Amino acid sequence: MPPRLAPEINRIQGLFPRLRQSAAVRLIPSNFTLVEPIIALLEFASPPPAERPGDATSAGAGAGHAAVAAHAAGSELRLDAAMSLLTQAGWAVPDDVAPGSVAWLQLLIDGLCQLSSRDALTGLNNRRQFEAAIAREVDRVARSGEPALLLLADIDHFKKVNDTHGHAAGDVVIRSVAECLQDCVRPMDLVARVGGEEFAIILPNCPPAFGQAVSERIRQKVAAKTVAIIGGQNLNVTVSIGGAFAPPWVRSSAALWSERADQQLYRAKSEGRNRTCLDMPPLTVVSAEEKGLLFAGLTLSDASEPSGGDDLMPKTPE
Amino acid sequence: MMELMTAPAPTAPTSPPRLARTVAITSGKGGVGKTFFSANLAAALSRHGMKVLVLDADLGLANLDVVLNLYPKITLHDVFTGKAQLEEAILPAPGGFSVLLAGSGLVEYSRLTPEVRDQLSTIFEAVKPRFDVILIDTGAGISDVVLYAVSMAHEVIVVATPEPTSMTDAYATIKVLASQQSREQLHLVVNQVTRQGDGRAICNQLQQVVDRFVTGPNGTAPKLYFLGDIPLDSCVRDAVQKRQLLLELHPGSAAAQGVVQAATRLQSRG
Repeated sequence: MPPRLAPEINRIQGLFPRLRQSAAVRLIPSNFTLVEPIIALLEFASPPPAERPGDATSAGAGAGHAAVAAHAAGSELRLDAAMSLLTQAGWAVPDDVAPGSVAWLQLLIDGLCQLSSRDALTGLNNRRQFEAAIAREVDRVARSGEPALLLLADIDHFKKVNDTHGHAAGDVVIRSVAECLQDCVRPMDLVARVGGEEFAIILPNCPPAFGQAVSERIRQKVAAKTVAIIGGQNLNVTVSIGGAFAPPWVRSSAALWSERADQQLYRAKSEGRNRTCLDMPPLTVVSAEEKGLLFAGLTLSDASEPSGGDDLMPKTPE
Repeated sequence: MMELMTAPAPTAPTSPPRLARTVAITSGKGGVGKTFFSANLAAALSRHGMKVLVLDADLGLANLDVVLNLYPKITLHDVFTGKAQLEEAILPAPGGFSVLLAGSGLVEYSRLTPEVRDQLSTIFEAVKPRFDVILIDTGAGISDVVLYAVSMAHEVIVVATPEPTSMTDAYATIKVLASQQSREQLHLVVNQVTRQGDGRAICNQLQQVVDRFVTGPNGTAPKLYFLGDIPLDSCVRDAVQKRQLLLELHPGSAAAQGVVQAATRLQSRG
């Protein structure tokens, strides 16, 4: 055993006093690069217990893998709760991944991340994930100036579906619309379920000129899709869509952006539903003809042969 | 300097004479080095004995603090919210000039409300008698906050780079300023040129399109005055990374000389 291991083992055993030394060793990857993150994770999962001298060396029973052993030893690593949540969500570990290995731990963390960012009914991103994404996007646009569109889609007369056909049918409708939205957008776009029958789509790098086409396409796809609900009945639902572009070059907030999209959604609803309303940014004031003339015959020196002292040494001061 | 203070303003929609010369620095596109230029221009002007204030009107994305490595406790935001006096927010900057920083609490000012307008205007009027030159570092784009900040100044410097998107956005800015603010003349600085002379070519090109498509309220196209170009220079990146003024860290660099030249031309045009 490399001498370096000893302090790490002590730290892990400090977190899980009844953990056998061999089990602690198994939590430490051979390449060491993950030692710190793993210990940080364990510390997060399990606040250091009160001092219990003597425990550190006592061996746990059985040959279970480290983390499970830790849990069995009565620590606060709530592994069984995590595992049962994951299993219920269809999480499965490939045969070649040994329980307790680094790869296994990684899968576990990935699974938990996935679980905490997804909507249980539709599999779409959930509201938590959406809020993180929109905050990132609004900051990105502020500095990059790239256009980004936020769409809010709300199923029309959804209460009527629930009241007439029951909540199970309502769930089927929500799932169907979710699927439809996900099919309508690019892989880079983020579709989330943000409320009961309300969805949000963040479309990064979506030029204002395409905004109307994109949102109309989504609306039409939903309207054209027939939903087979329980009992052999077919339903057609529509959505109202409101959208707004993030303000470029200005620091704004996710709340201001959502509010503008929400106002448009309200407008789409009040104008009769099954329609799209966008808050359009002022159109660019530069025509294609002007643009053409701006670059016509303009020849600048080649970027590969700079003349302007492209070195870190300052020139002689004047 | 005296000429500067007494010279009649070329286009003075807001500023009476004998107060500071007020210059808005703007750019259609972000990331073209507008704030870098503002800070170093202020340093260059200060070296010529002028009392210079840089007003950070980039209310959303204040970067001047980063460029100057200043982390003040009191900012424009505190003045806006009544938590501090204006005097407390005016800080000495490394290059011998003063700054009024927006601070990072200004998210809500990304839209121009009448309150923001009044506050900006009040602050601006209060500082005008106390300086020779006030540079307003505005945000990028042509949002109403930016346009309002520009409207407070009687002169404008548009910063562009040779990049097509930057040129297009600079042109859009010029067009909007000519039509909405009746600007008859604007200064142009071209940053990040690969060769000296490229800036002049870009200025001529912009002028051609402006002449053809842009007319002010009195029927004439605005005139672009070329202030100079600043070569692409790794000294700039070095200064930005070290959070120091280029004029202090690499005063002899090609880019620093470009800024100094722009300052000299600006003065001679006063």
